Amino acid sequence: MTLLVTFWGTLLDILPIAAIIFGFQYLVIRKPVKRLPQVLAGFFMVWVGLSFFLVGLEQALFPMGELMASQLTRSEFLPSIAEDAQRHWSDYYWVYIFAFAIGASTTIAEPSLIAVSLKAGEISGGTINPLMLRIAVALGMAFGITLGTWRIVMGWPLQWFVLAAYLLVIVQTLRSPRAIIPLAFDSGGVTTSTITVPIIAALGLGLASAIPGRSPVLDGFGMIALACLFPIITVMGYAQIAQWRVKRRSNEPLN
Amino acid sequence: MDLVVSLARQFKDSLRDLAPVVLVMAFFQLVVIRQPLPESLALLDLALGLVFVVVGLTLFIKGLELGLFPLGENLARAFVKKGSVAWLLLFAFALGFGSTVAEPALIAIAARAAEVVAQGGLIADTGSSQNSFAFALRMVVAVSVGTAVVLGVVRIFKGWPLHLIIIAGYVLVLLLTLIAPAEMIGIAYDSGGVTTSTITVPLVTALGVGLASSIKGRSPMLDGFGLIALASVMPIIFVLLFGIIGIHLIPGVTP
Repeated sequence: MTLLVTFWGTLLDILPIAAIIFGFQYLVIRKPVKRLPQVLAGFFMVWVGLSFFLVGLEQALFPMGELMASQLTRSEFLPSIAEDAQRHWSDYYWVYIFAFAIGASTTIAEPSLIAVSLKAGEISGGTINPLMLRIAVALGMAFGITLGTWRIVMGWPLQWFVLAAYLLVIVQTLRSPRAIIPLAFDSGGVTTSTITVPIIAALGLGLASAIPGRSPVLDGFGMIALACLFPIITVMGYAQIAQWRVKRRSNEPLN
Repeated sequence: MDLVVSLARQFKDSLRDLAPVVLVMAFFQLVVIRQPLPESLALLDLALGLVFVVVGLTLFIKGLELGLFPLGENLARAFVKKGSVAWLLLFAFALGFGSTVAEPALIAIAARAAEVVAQGGLIADTGSSQNSFAFALRMVVAVSVGTAVVLGVVRIFKGWPLHLIIIAGYVLVLLLTLIAPAEMIGIAYDSGGVTTSTITVPLVTALGVGLASSIKGRSPMLDGFGLIALASVMPIIFVLLFGIIGIHLIPGVTP
């Protein structure tokens, strides 16, 4: 039943892009579509695939993320405290470890990131090491979500963190080698794949409803934003270090 | 036969995308938490949901590669060659808009955001007002991505420096944050990361790279990417504005 409802809903989701593409193709460019049966089969697969994905998301990924959040914050699981003492943020250390592990592991093996980093290595002529670049992106992502969970625990406003990250990004953009900037901004988008976004959102909402004094509506969102910003910072940071090391080497006197 | 082989390959890629999430969660369940799953979550349902996720993602991505991507890239090239700026801008807007409407991560997050905002009391706590909020949110994000792509195309034509536009965008985001309802801030910031996902990035990048390589003095590497960077700032601005004014304009949504 849910599958049927989802199928109907996703049909409406795909309709605009199909109408736009075919409309422009036939009404403006006025050329027949090459390999039309294949294209139509492709659109059909997108429809079926999107429906299955969304059903699976509701049935598995969202509940798993929320379950982890509630189990890791249960009072029997946390270190015991005196009757009405305030919890210290460091009591939630398993939450931070979990967030870091999810962020790093989903990013380091991301196929599109591997492809991008190999290309960047080629273009840079050896100054950028593809593996180091991947590590930089994964660390940025992992740090971004860990900071996001810590923010939820503390209950601090998201905009302070975003403001600080923006300032860092701006300063670094002005000082980084020009060729790395597109790559750095792209890496922010690469990390948020279709699988990681729902998991991170569920974790954030779950934490915000489980931790006393936090509300999902005020504190639950924001982890995706931080997960996108920090890879930009770490990638530009890595490029600056790489450039500095090359410069230092070339300045060394020949023995 | 080719299709079966490439589907199998995509299936392997989807599995590899999901594997880190499942492994990290399984590790935490078995080693750290060591609690039975709650009764509301049957292991079989979870496993079935994960199968849906992998199968759905496989069909979805393969379908995009067969249908939407080649068609969209061809169209982007045709419009760049056509030489009519008005048509190009209209196409750019439609491409950004249509691809965002079908973005799976955005569909999932918008529904979650509607639930949370209803619980928080910003909108009426009924199914229909949640649906219209989720729909309106997705439309606002889609229009913002369309606008971002148009701005990015104009920028490539005029050769405006990207970082100045981004910095102006950041400033606008922070100013709007001061007057936006607190319930919308996290959702707005997250919507920037959600849009740069499966469908939008390849289509929009194809347009940017095609355009940058056809105009003299523009580099595909430096100018092609700007579209994505803009597409992740613009939704924040639009969703904040939606929270400030737009939300009161949908009939029957605000309590």
